[in-house]
Amino acid sequence: MILSIASGKGGTGKTTVAANLALSLENAQLLDCDVEEPNAHLLLHPKITETKLVYVQIPVVDENKCNYCGECSKFCKFNAIFVTPQKIMFFPELCSSCGGCAIVCPKNAIKEKKRKIGVTKRGLAKEIELVYGQLNVGEPMATPVIKAVKKHMQPPEKGDVIIDSPPGTSCPVIEAVHGSDYCILVTEPTPFGLYDLKIAVEVLSKMKIPFGVVINRAGIGDRKIYAFCKEKAIPILLEIPYERKIAELYSVGKPFVLEMPEWKEKLGGLLKEIKESLQV
Amino acid sequence: MREITILSGKGGTGKTTITASFAVLANNPVIADCDVDAPDLHMLLHPKTLRTQEFTGPKLAEIDHEKCVECSLCQKICRFEAITDFQIDPILCEGCGTCAVICPETAIILKDRISGEAFISETKYGLMSHAFLFPGGANSGKLVTLVRQNAKEAAEENHCELILIDGSPGIGCPVIASVTGVNMGVIVTEPTVSGIHDMKRVLELLAHFDVRPFVCINKCDLNQQNTKKIERFCDKLNINIVGRVPFNPIVTKAMVSEKPIVEYSPESVVSQRIKEMWKNLLGRT
Repeated sequence: MILSIASGKGGTGKTTVAANLALSLENAQLLDCDVEEPNAHLLLHPKITETKLVYVQIPVVDENKCNYCGECSKFCKFNAIFVTPQKIMFFPELCSSCGGCAIVCPKNAIKEKKRKIGVTKRGLAKEIELVYGQLNVGEPMATPVIKAVKKHMQPPEKGDVIIDSPPGTSCPVIEAVHGSDYCILVTEPTPFGLYDLKIAVEVLSKMKIPFGVVINRAGIGDRKIYAFCKEKAIPILLEIPYERKIAELYSVGKPFVLEMPEWKEKLGGLLKEIKESLQV
Repeated sequence: MREITILSGKGGTGKTTITASFAVLANNPVIADCDVDAPDLHMLLHPKTLRTQEFTGPKLAEIDHEKCVECSLCQKICRFEAITDFQIDPILCEGCGTCAVICPETAIILKDRISGEAFISETKYGLMSHAFLFPGGANSGKLVTLVRQNAKEAAEENHCELILIDGSPGIGCPVIASVTGVNMGVIVTEPTVSGIHDMKRVLELLAHFDVRPFVCINKCDLNQQNTKKIERFCDKLNINIVGRVPFNPIVTKAMVSEKPIVEYSPESVVSQRIKEMWKNLLGRT
């Protein structure tokens, strides 16, 4: 199955859950789709065997053919093209690569070329295949790199796929969780955790992806998140208590299941439970 | 007028806790919450809305099924895979309009869509500009730009000298929109391998956009060795560490009480350190 891990609020423990879960399963593949700040490799320490460049398509204007009619600029909803009577200016960072400008150009003066915006890396960490993306610093659009990471997804017969989503609730998150069979929302029992969880719940409901909650750092904050989940009939799949040992292991880049093997079973059981719940 | 953005790269390092405290300590600031995806600052500052404004995000394509002959040209041309079975998926549609120009039957039109709201509000610490992106909404960068514009206008009208900006995690479009042209960027990091990794990427981002960087190490006693690593790294690049805030559960208690920590527990070590940091920052603007 394809299982995504998302959260709304940042820093709730998505990567911790994703990496430890991957380590608790057999033949799992982990796709780190937080391409702005990928962290899973810092926990899993993979040996990278393949690096691929990620490109987007951008227009190139043949100024010999262009008559500065401005149709492309009128068409572009992203303000990426600006045309004056003698000049055409293009802002590549704003371009969404829709390809529309080339279609509307009456002089056939626009072609497309590739522009590099990031990389994907693939490697093995123990038996886990990890693929992660890295958006180049200064590039605004993460979604093409997320798409490129997801292209590496292994076929279902090879094993489960875990997607580590970026924080937030907008386009990069949607790109990451799109197509998942199930989504685990990792949250913490604090007012911020709850507020952002509510937004994430709305997004997943809209996308019609079934989901459940993992409460990380259980014991801190308050109990409102439990009341919310009860009211909305959202399953609480697992609680990870706030323990200094877990926090310390994370700080040095060590997945806690390696030091606390009792958690392997809990996390493995979690996936089993999810699969069973989906069959009903 | 000066603008200071609080950012982090990694989520959950304490941006909003620090920003809320700065809002208390600053003299008549305008406060801008630019984490429009998951805005949390309002829970600590309790803004009273003065003005609400609709945010028009990307357009949405709509197929007129009376006119559609199901030639499927639109489905083939759409690079966002937003059209299947002649239905537009509003979540995937970016509103580029390519489907509308390719349709031989002119059966597709683009409609405006409201994808969020922006607010100007009053708090006891100063005016606040904030927003809410509807869940799953696109174009958060554009909404961040609107929040900053609103903050600037509010600051000018009310003769405020300082805008405090709470950023979002990551380094992509909303973060870029929240740092371009500001005077200082304060990176809140934590002594974990991911905290350090993400801080480095945000430092690169600030350098790229020519913003003066400062670093705050939050939960600095969680891992002394990593704190030293951050210090050495910043020393080498001549980046000022303006604050070191120790871990303390009182920060979560303040959050549960929905109060900025410097107000909830002004005498706590955390609050003392945040106050020192604020003084440090003011000395460098």
